[in-house]
Amino acid sequence: MTKFSHPSLGDVARRLAFGAALSTGLLMLGLTQAQAAKTTLNLGMTVEPTGLDPTIAAPVAIGQVTWQNIFEGLVAIDESGKIVPQLAKSWEISPDGLTYTFRLQTGVKFHDGQVFDSAAAKFTLDRARGGDSVNPQKRFFASIASIDAPDAETLVLHLSSPTGSLLYWLGWPSSVMVGPKSSANDKTTPVGTGPFKFSAWAKGDHVDLVKNPDYWNKSVDVKLEKVTFRFISDPQAEAAALKAGDVDAFPEFAAPELMNSFDGDARLTTKIGNTELKVVAGMNNTRKPFDDKRVRQALMMALDRKTIIEGAWSGLGTAIGSHYTPNDPGYKDLTDVLPYDAAKAKALLAKAGYPNGFTFTIKTPQMAYAPRSAQVMQAMFADIGVTMNIEPTEFPAKWVQDVFTGRDYDMTIVAHAEPMDIDIYSRDPYYFNYKNPAFNELIKKIQLTADVSEQNKFYGEAQSILAEDVPALFLFVMPKLGVWDKKLKGLWENEPIPSNVLTNVSWED
Amino acid sequence: MPTGGPKPPAVEVHEAGTIGHGHAMIVLLTRRIFGLILTLLAVSLLIFAVMALLPGDPAAITLGTSATPETLAALRHEMGLDQPLIIRYGQWLAGALTGDLGKSYTYGVPVAGLIVERLAVTLPLAILAILLSVLIAVPLGVAAAARRGGFFDIVAALFSQMGIAVPGFWVGLLLVLLFATSLGWMPAGGFPGWGSGMWPALKSLVLPAVALALPQAAVLTRVTRSAVLDTLHEDFARTATAKGLSRSRVLWGHVVPNALVPVLTILGLQFTFLVAGAVLIENVFTLPGLGRLAYQALSQRDIIVLQDVVLFFAGLVIVVNFLVDLSYLAIDPRLRAGGAR
Repeated sequence: MTKFSHPSLGDVARRLAFGAALSTGLLMLGLTQAQAAKTTLNLGMTVEPTGLDPTIAAPVAIGQVTWQNIFEGLVAIDESGKIVPQLAKSWEISPDGLTYTFRLQTGVKFHDGQVFDSAAAKFTLDRARGGDSVNPQKRFFASIASIDAPDAETLVLHLSSPTGSLLYWLGWPSSVMVGPKSSANDKTTPVGTGPFKFSAWAKGDHVDLVKNPDYWNKSVDVKLEKVTFRFISDPQAEAAALKAGDVDAFPEFAAPELMNSFDGDARLTTKIGNTELKVVAGMNNTRKPFDDKRVRQALMMALDRKTIIEGAWSGLGTAIGSHYTPNDPGYKDLTDVLPYDAAKAKALLAKAGYPNGFTFTIKTPQMAYAPRSAQVMQAMFADIGVTMNIEPTEFPAKWVQDVFTGRDYDMTIVAHAEPMDIDIYSRDPYYFNYKNPAFNELIKKIQLTADVSEQNKFYGEAQSILAEDVPALFLFVMPKLGVWDKKLKGLWENEPIPSNVLTNVSWED
Repeated sequence: MPTGGPKPPAVEVHEAGTIGHGHAMIVLLTRRIFGLILTLLAVSLLIFAVMALLPGDPAAITLGTSATPETLAALRHEMGLDQPLIIRYGQWLAGALTGDLGKSYTYGVPVAGLIVERLAVTLPLAILAILLSVLIAVPLGVAAAARRGGFFDIVAALFSQMGIAVPGFWVGLLLVLLFATSLGWMPAGGFPGWGSGMWPALKSLVLPAVALALPQAAVLTRVTRSAVLDTLHEDFARTATAKGLSRSRVLWGHVVPNALVPVLTILGLQFTFLVAGAVLIENVFTLPGLGRLAYQALSQRDIIVLQDVVLFFAGLVIVVNFLVDLSYLAIDPRLRAGGAR
């Protein structure tokens, strides 16, 4: 083992000497740069990504660094959640919904010089849907039966069944276009077509991106020359870094209880936007007594969502009545289907055969919102005679093993980060163990049509079923707590998909 | 003997000339090195067993909640997790012996490089903290012992009480509040890398080094004080005083060098603690050190990184203890004769 301390010491010494020589030069550079408008950005994130390839791993932090900055998709999702053209400039869907013909942009190159054309697009999608694919959203591509590239600008997808969400899914970080020659190394040195190029990754500290001078999309004016993503996991340290000016922006500040501490700060501004993070307390729908709908409904009515949001997230957050957020298309406010009413809840529980309540255990991950929500819920359940024990469960490792895969739990609480994922209640197996053929039918219908208003109607019906059935206790949507320098313009205030899109970010003079 | 630290190994005093000192030393060293290798092997098996028992599947963590069974199987195969445990242990050990510690699941880069990168933060930080701690503790401890109940003794008592009672990470938070948030003299955390220059890099280590050093210095002050007090009452010290040597010559020339054994023991322990145990401070200052690497690897079940880092820590403790033992021999000539238990 000692072997490794020796080269490192030498390394350090060399770096020291190098650094001393360099620092004088950097100092002078810094002085001249201070005159012009700022073109660098230090952006803080709570979680460091695990690898930089969003097509082979699920953590949202990967997309939050790379999506729309390094990597782009055939289509993109804009700040309002709409699907917009990107590397595909247009597309046509056959009337039977089984053939998608994309017209691709021309003159697009990857950062290493590879050409982006229909062959690269075909390669990307084949890699994502192939036998040894490790794409975290492989199911997105399940209906693609074959892919044609008749010429360099045309990509044709043949589907086995109509898939109404396919275009939306193609806008996700896990569907971005990768280069045939570079994809194997994207985890450590990502190569995309985006407005920024990967520069360096000091593991455990920061990732540097620099402007891509050859960016294909001349209609956007990218102002930033250099962006540093800094990873700070401790909320106090995040606040300190913001106040000391070490980071210019924290688009997703981790501690709602510290948001007030920025009030009156001359330099910083706070923005409270929306996200897709749905905090829900899932129940094991095949385990007694949660297999009885009346019990689940009683538990839902025992909860005052407003107080939970107050206790867990300093009152910042929006109550929800099903697994759907106000920014999703076709949203219905269903928080009054089973409104807070402890007396009614107690009566319903008695009807279900539990006049004296019962005892169960909630497995809570360590993320701040979970234990805090659970403590408030515990007090509210006690009011209707139900005893809830709280069992901390390490996330992700133990939670995934016990709750998600093992489905050995009564109740749990977790924030679902994936946008538009109401279909999880139709998946089998899934940790809720919820089985409702009528609901599954609706989810199928959504995919069978490409008509948006038709889809929204079905989404509405699906929400109503969940609000009535409560396979999980629907609590609240997390806010996006943004803190950044007042002079910084162009950061997204809302988050229809977890991201930090920097294309239009600039400093005011 | 001083009472502050552990006693040096029992000594068999040989008549001069029965065994050559050099030969005895070689026997002693060989035995120690052999023991060291056996310990490392046992530790590696223990580490691997614990990692195998740890709940959580790295593939499931990587692929998240939408993964299909086929993608999970594909990734487990890619990670080599579908192989039997005994083969994985053998591969790890064989790799480690040839300097190949494997590739991190999460970062996708060789672990050896990761450890070296992190050492470029952790080692300078530990050395800075140890230096600071010695610079504070040894003079203060000696001054306190020199005049019991005097001004320095009271200062030392106060300092060590507070230093032990107050946790280092809290001191760190206060330092950040004062020097980074209010005064803006120092960065609030993070590490710019040695490539950004000597001063920016060092600057980011100053506050964490102080936060790390204060509790260590508190302990060291106590140890120094009691070691010096004990030695002051030994016969040779009284003799030196009786012979008419000045107080300061007795103290610095005779007492302090003889009081160093327990101080060194504590220093050795503290150094390994500073390298392996600075996780909290590294989190407060968001420093990319070894402790934080281990912590992140644990939460991501990056088992390869975790078992390598833990083995590194274990190896470090074992090797530093070995070196401390050797340094007893250097300080105390009595231990050199014979030496074997």
